[in-house]
Amino acid sequence: MRLLRLLLPAVLLAAGPALAEHPAECRVAENQIENDFPLPRVTAALANKRLDILVMGAGSSALPGADGANKAYPARLQSVLAEKLPGVTIKVTADVKSGRTAPDAFKAISASLAASKPALTIWQAGTVDAMRAVELDVFSAALDKGVETAHAAGSDVILINAQYSPRTESIIALGIYADNMRWVALQREIPLFDRFSIMKLWAELGTFDFMAITKKLDTAERVHDCIARLLADLIVEGAKPVAPPPDGKR
Amino acid sequence: MPPISTERDLRLDLFRGLALWLIFLDHIPSNAVSWITIRNYGFSDATEIFVFISGYTAAFVYGRGMRDHGLIVAGARILKRVWQIYVAHVFLFAIYLAEISYIAQSFDNPLYSEEMGILDFLKQPDVTILQALLLKFKPVNMDVLPLYIVLLLGFAPALWLLLRSPSIALGASALLYALMWQFEWNIPAYPGGHWIFNPFAWQLLFVFGAWCALGGAQRLARWLNSPVVVGLAVAYLLFCFGIVMTWHVPRLGVFVPKLVSDLIYPIDKTNLDVLRIAHFLSLAVITVWLVPRDWPALKSRIFWPTIVCGQHSLKIFCLGVFLSFAAHFVFTEISNRVPVQIIVSLTGIAVMVAAAAVVSWYKRIERGGPGPRPPAHKPSYAGGGA
Repeated sequence: MRLLRLLLPAVLLAAGPALAEHPAECRVAENQIENDFPLPRVTAALANKRLDILVMGAGSSALPGADGANKAYPARLQSVLAEKLPGVTIKVTADVKSGRTAPDAFKAISASLAASKPALTIWQAGTVDAMRAVELDVFSAALDKGVETAHAAGSDVILINAQYSPRTESIIALGIYADNMRWVALQREIPLFDRFSIMKLWAELGTFDFMAITKKLDTAERVHDCIARLLADLIVEGAKPVAPPPDGKR
Repeated sequence: MPPISTERDLRLDLFRGLALWLIFLDHIPSNAVSWITIRNYGFSDATEIFVFISGYTAAFVYGRGMRDHGLIVAGARILKRVWQIYVAHVFLFAIYLAEISYIAQSFDNPLYSEEMGILDFLKQPDVTILQALLLKFKPVNMDVLPLYIVLLLGFAPALWLLLRSPSIALGASALLYALMWQFEWNIPAYPGGHWIFNPFAWQLLFVFGAWCALGGAQRLARWLNSPVVVGLAVAYLLFCFGIVMTWHVPRLGVFVPKLVSDLIYPIDKTNLDVLRIAHFLSLAVITVWLVPRDWPALKSRIFWPTIVCGQHSLKIFCLGVFLSFAAHFVFTEISNRVPVQIIVSLTGIAVMVAAAAVVSWYKRIERGGPGPRPPAHKPSYAGGGA
């Protein structure tokens, strides 16, 4: 599986015509964007030429510094989507709080949904939950109910899992939380943006150096920019009106 | 009272050794080699194998002691073992503290401001270390030994009942498992939540292992060889394999009917989900079917490295945890290229085998017989460390 993942980008680089618009460093992870679940509410919003997006996130959805808010992936997503979807008004609202667990985000989600009325909610979770050892069933239930709440409020949902952080890998047990996020996504039939695998692939290919000990923001900004670009691809792909597959599945 | 088999079943040592290798590989974060381990192809992982075989060997080792010398003597021996495991756990915690203190000194990156919060607990070592000694604070990958400690603490009365009425003992264990699900029993952890491996759940596998050792395996033999059971086991393993593939390749997810996904998720590791037990049992059925007890290859040199690791499980487990820390250190400080990951993984296993061989050698020179039990026992029934 992993070897396959290592080999695939090279093939895709040679083959993918639609991918050429992104910087090469983002593109190598393009094959990680795997999703067959549609985003019907986004499709409808695009037809009306207005797409509001809410990002529910914790610390890894933000960057420090004076310009951090503009360089983090929620703001970048707005710019990238505006480029990709000319004629559509894009507005990304970020409800991001450092140290917030999924159950805490669930408590806040109704108010945030009411305030921004998004057609799409992007929910980043997993890191703080693993650090605080939130009970797995509480974690899963919060995500599941959050997705239900968002759907009821007329919003599609994309889940984003934790970042790949090599230095803390042996002290933060992300794996089981990532599994539970995957399961909620499969059960609810919504896309999961696998940020962990994408960043890990970048680490394996040497695209970005996540081991570096630094106070500089340049790599962090490029990473967030790439995350935003790949996320934009997932949204645009997921919003394409789907023809039913020939064998009638789904 | 059921007879306790006196001949060592090398399959136990073999598969426990294998489980120790798999646990080591799984504990190294982002290790390319760990894609070969069973957790990537089904619901259960090496932990189930380890707990089951530990229950089996514990009954084997302490069962006869209890029958010959009574509850008090056998109970005292079990408590001595508990103490050894506790000391081993504290030793591993010291290594963990060294590692995390090193990371805290060297780690700075604006991308990871959130993740760096994990190091905050170093700011109050008084609380953390005390909670660790109380087995409430358990770092990543250090959950198995505390589970083992609790399982052995309750083992003397369980064994007493197993020797008198195996069926009632197994029934009581299943009842405890059911009550745990009903009332959500678990042991609290620090800084929050509960134990990752719920002892009230995992005891079922441990007691089932012990039950098999005390004659249960013979009673099951007729069933285990039936083509229907083997067929069911194969079918279930294929089903699990298919489901797990949808985790690796999300695109396949649309082929799983909503009814099935509603039924199976989440697959609870903490409380030893029934789906995990079924997966482990299916694996066990296939294994027993493929590998007979008197399979000559068990005594060949090919399997010796695995068997010798399985015969010294506590020491090799601890070494494995230490080696997985060391491997992660190599990945972060030197290189984490795939060839390096393969070399580091193989080196780790070689070190485990070498250490197990040295431990065996020590046992031999100390008392001129194989097996790690003290001389008070007859060498003939030494079944490896419990």
